[in-house]
This record gives sequence, structure tokens and C-alpha cells, in this order.
Amino acid sequence: MCTTCGCGNSQTYMNGKAMPSHRHLDKPLRYRPLAQPIHGHTPISVAADHPSRTIHPGTGIAGTHAAGISQARIVKIERDILAKNNQYAAQNRRYLSKHGIFALNLVSSPGSGKTTLLVKTIQMLRDKFPIAVIEGDQQTDRDAARIRATGVPVIQINTGKGCHLDAHMVGRAMQQLPLQHDSLLLIENVGNLVCPSSFDLGEAHKVVILSVTEGEDKPLKYPDMFLASSLMLLNKCDLLPYLTFDIDLALEYAHRIHPELPVIQVSATQGSGMPAWVDWIAAGCRCATAAKPHLQATDPSLD
Amino acid sequence: MINSEKPMHELSLAENIVQLIEDTALKQSFAQVTTVWLEIGQLACVEQESLRFYFDVVAQDSIARQARLEIIEIAGQALCKQCNQDILIATYHDACPHCGSYALQVTQGDGMRIKELEVK
Ligand SMILES: Nc1nc2c(ncn2[C@@H]2O[C@H](COP(=O)(O)OP(=O)(O)OP(=O)(O)O)[C@@H](O)[C@H]2O)c(=O)[nH]1
Ligand SMILES: [Mg+2]
Ligand SMILES: [Zn+2]
Repeated sequence: MCTTCGCGNSQTYMNGKAMPSHRHLDKPLRYRPLAQPIHGHTPISVAADHPSRTIHPGTGIAGTHAAGISQARIVKIERDILAKNNQYAAQNRRYLSKHGIFALNLVSSPGSGKTTLLVKTIQMLRDKFPIAVIEGDQQTDRDAARIRATGVPVIQINTGKGCHLDAHMVGRAMQQLPLQHDSLLLIENVGNLVCPSSFDLGEAHKVVILSVTEGEDKPLKYPDMFLASSLMLLNKCDLLPYLTFDIDLALEYAHRIHPELPVIQVSATQGSGMPAWVDWIAAGCRCATAAKPHLQATDPSLD
Repeated sequence: MINSEKPMHELSLAENIVQLIEDTALKQSFAQVTTVWLEIGQLACVEQESLRFYFDVVAQDSIARQARLEIIEIAGQALCKQCNQDILIATYHDACPHCGSYALQVTQGDGMRIKELEVK
């Protein structure tokens, strides 16, 4: 529980230091006007088929209000619940593209090998471009310590009870990191296949990691994550000889959810498949660098 | 699972809802919210009971303290890329009821919005 206002926000720590909740930020946020819904498209509500329900969006919510409550009024909001997070994410994304930084958000269930993969990736790519890392965990500095041992700058975010990183936390971590032009920013999200899918951090891509010890059906059970990702890494492939894991079935399930999702089979510990993964990253970094001057030329709002 | 605790991004969602309400209150000057209407897509990754629970917790110290939460469920809808028909779906891994294809383009029901407020 947030101690300042009791707002229920569990305390977030960054490299061990408590971070203020965004509800207490003094700087007001500027909003852009909401895009109007596509003309003529009224969403079908579930209740529409069930006349017994009390709410009928088709006939207007206002119709359900008792007449005669004179001082009561209706205020339209019509905003995405995550509008605020999306705004912070857009700020992060603008900053990253302006500086040619290619950012990846690594998501998976706990223990599927994100940190192991990051360490290996850093070892393979550190001579090609500067790398920085943001580590998200509920507790401990252990993953950041593993990254720090490779020599690249890292910020550990501890989310406490929070089960995901959000764009505000990541923006703060970005300010504290020494970020360089034309570099790679790797963000390891909290191990969780559910929540991080909803929270845009401003990254170029989410990358979902599934390890072969988790079972083939994870894409069906946690579809949001596979839908939100641009690449899937199938990790721990070195263990396949000892398991009954059916790769074709896992891929079929993943492609049911996300038909064009590219998949790279890797072993973070043995190194197989890693060249294809680092090539994919290097291509992304080149695109981020190439897109940068164009952005600066066309967007006068960047300072 | 290392962490057996239930995922609780509904807490974050509730915080975001209260923030949006408070921001709106500043601009539209009202002091109390009596009802909050949300539109939650059936495909959105939201557990309603959990959201209600956290909304009550988070709203405690806000102008939405006494607000009633009304959730309008929006049905999942998709366009089948194979047979080009609009279909209703309950999950992301549903197949098209007409042709059996899994290649669907979700067109509705994956979002979550605050629609409107009743205020005093
Ligand atoms: N056999 C095998 N083991 C692996 C591989 N990658 C990671 N591991 C092991 O899996 C365990 C978890 O790896 P981590 O890198 O800590 O996983 P993580 O996803 O960062 O975990 P959290 O941050 O706690 O969610 C460790 O014991 C690793 O050695 C792999 O490719 N093959
Ligand atoms: Mg880790
Ligand atoms: Zn079809």
C-alpha cells in the first residue's frame, strides 16, 4: 500500500531507492484529444443479447439514470484505461527513436531463461554497439548483479507486489541509465505471462520467451502475450532429448494465436540458435539508427 | 511457478482508472463521483472481480470513494481472413465457426475504456 496516500500502489524501488508513485507527480500530463471511434461502428455489447441485464448501451447509459436527481450529471470520458501508461510509453518511444536506440521488452514466465539469455546476448553483441539493461523483478537485485558482471550499465526495478513493469517506471530508469546514441536497450520484464502484455513500455518490440520445459499449450493459455509479441524465442532446446515436448504442436498453438509470429529455437546455455537471434537484434538496431535522421528532419517537436 | 501469488495487474488498472477520474475532475470541476461506467472487452486480460476489489481499495482516498462500478462487457468480434465473415469469438484461440480457420483479425472486444461518469 502506498504510504503517501494509501492509494494501493505497492512501493516500487529502483536500484534499492524508493520511487514516488505516479499519482504524486507534480507535473501535470498533457493529453491529446481522443481519436473518435470509426463512424457508424457501435460496439456490440455482451448484454445486447440479454435483455434481462440492466445496462443497454444501445439505448444509452443515460437512460438508466433516475430522473429528478437534478445536480447529478454525466461526464463523458471515453478513454482507454491505460491512457496514462500509454502516454508515458509514447514519451519513452519518442526519446528512444530520437536517439536511435533499439529497445526490446523481454517477457516470459518465471525461470524460462530471460537473464541467462540476456547475459549470452550481451557477450555476443557488446563489441558491435553499446548496450544498457533494465531489470524488472518483484524482489532482489540478483538479476541486475548477473548483468553488471558483464560490464554493461543496468538499473534494477523492484516492483514489490506489482507483477509487471509500466512505462513510468521504465522512463525513470531510462533517465538514470547512461544511454548512448545508436545503442541497444534490453528490458527484462517481471516473470509473468499475463500482466506485462497490457503495458506498453515504449519498446520497439516485445519478445516472448517460452522454454521447452513449460509445455506446448502456453500460447493457448496465455494468448495475450503471444499476440503482443513480435518474436518468440523457444529456449532450453538443449533439453529436448530428455523431454516429450512437441515443437510442431507448440508452434501450431503459437501460430493459432499469432499467425505470422517468427520463432527462433535457441539454447541460452549451449548457444545454439543464438546467432539468428543476435542477427535479428542487429538488424533492428540498424533500422533504429537509419530511421533517426529522418525523424529529426520531419518532427520539429523533438528537442 | 516461483511466484504463486495471483497476478494482480488489476491493481494497476484500478489506479489508472482513479487517476483518469481525478484528472477529469480537475478539468470539469466536480467533487463526487457516484457511478463509473467501464467498457471491458471479453478478450481483454482483465478479471472483473479482482478489478472491483482493487477499485474499492484504490478509490478509498479519492473523489470516487462512493462510486459504483458498472462494467459493460463488449463481445469479442473478429474478421475471418479466410472466408471474410464477421464472427463472434470468446477467446483468442477460437476457430471460425464457418470455415474452421484460426487466421482471425480481432476487430472488437480486446480493449478496456472508461466510458463515462455520473458526478455531483
Ligand atoms: N538447460 C537449459 N537451462 C537454461 C537455459 N536458459 C536458462 N536456463 C536455466 O534456467 C534457470 C532460470 O534461468 P533465468 O535466466 O534465471 O530465468 P529468468 O527468466 O531470468 O527468471 P526470472 O527472472 O526469475 O523470471 C537457470 O537455472 C538457468 O541456468 C537453457 O537454454 N538451457
Ligand atoms: Mg531473470
Ligand atoms: Zn472463416
